[in-house]
Amino acid sequence: MTTATAQQDKADVPVFHLTEDEHEHSGGSTMLGFWMYLMSDCLVFAVLFATYGVLGRSYAAGPSGADLFDLKLVAVNTTMLLFSSITYGFAMLAMDKGRQAAVQGWLLVTGLFGLAFIGIELYEFHHMILEGATPMRSAFLSSFFTLVGTHGLHVTFGLIWLTVLMVQVSQRGLIEANRRRLMCLSMFWHFLDVVWIGVFTFVYLMGVLK
Amino acid sequence: MSGPQNHSDAHGADHGEHGASHATLRGYLTGFVLAAILTAIPFWLVMADVLGNATTTAIVIMAFAAVQIVVHMIYFLHMNSRSEGGWTMMALIFTIVIVAIALSGSLWVMYHLNSNMMPMAPGDHPM
Repeated sequence: MTTATAQQDKADVPVFHLTEDEHEHSGGSTMLGFWMYLMSDCLVFAVLFATYGVLGRSYAAGPSGADLFDLKLVAVNTTMLLFSSITYGFAMLAMDKGRQAAVQGWLLVTGLFGLAFIGIELYEFHHMILEGATPMRSAFLSSFFTLVGTHGLHVTFGLIWLTVLMVQVSQRGLIEANRRRLMCLSMFWHFLDVVWIGVFTFVYLMGVLK
Repeated sequence: MSGPQNHSDAHGADHGEHGASHATLRGYLTGFVLAAILTAIPFWLVMADVLGNATTTAIVIMAFAAVQIVVHMIYFLHMNSRSEGGWTMMALIFTIVIVAIALSGSLWVMYHLNSNMMPMAPGDHPM
């Protein structure tokens, strides 16, 4: 009401409309800024992929991907990350409807899938290192552990972020700031799933091929 | 000066949905089903060795990965050309260009470097 009155009062004053803001919602510049961060993170991963692409066949007479990778384990891991993506999506849908308990529940499920992913990855690394396939063994293994490890670190930090946000939401509820944070984490989490597509295709599947 | 301010206030009140994502259940489920299919097929191709040719399989699974990345971008990251006035799309295109240059450039240069550094058989003499 007050807005309408104010606009009528100033009817003779020219009104400027920012047309590009027409469909903009919360945190306008924050979401764009976070997207910029994700894009720069994308460059980090591109460099690591390029390094792996160059060094990925330099086995130094050590084990190759075909010797080391267990595709069934990778398939389970991929499934975990994909499930965590869709459950995070459900958390966002619950957030849109303002259902705090549902948000917390889906975040918890997402966190458990993420934990399962990290657990399986650590098991795989542990297994490889026990077999003597350490990062020091060959250029292939150095670049492998750097690339996959960096992705795993991102997921780990995502899990910490998720835990912090669950505490925030339980204490303050679904306030504007928490919604913005949840949306940033949503982008981060889905972005990690996108990077994982590259990892399982270029590293694992193509590593087993030759 | 108060014109734009009033306008954006009214805009916020109209929508009343600050902090709403652009997501729908249908969108997420579509994305999930597509992603599951696009993941399962490459794994099946490699694990069952369906095509019987490493190069062909590699090209096919890379194509699947590219499609799956687009699916994730659209259905999970809600990319479109309108969000943030098109700036997210601009940033994405810029990043793709840089990534393509970095990846193809590294692979190309290092491949040639490797070819020229091939160990020579004993008896061979450099030209």
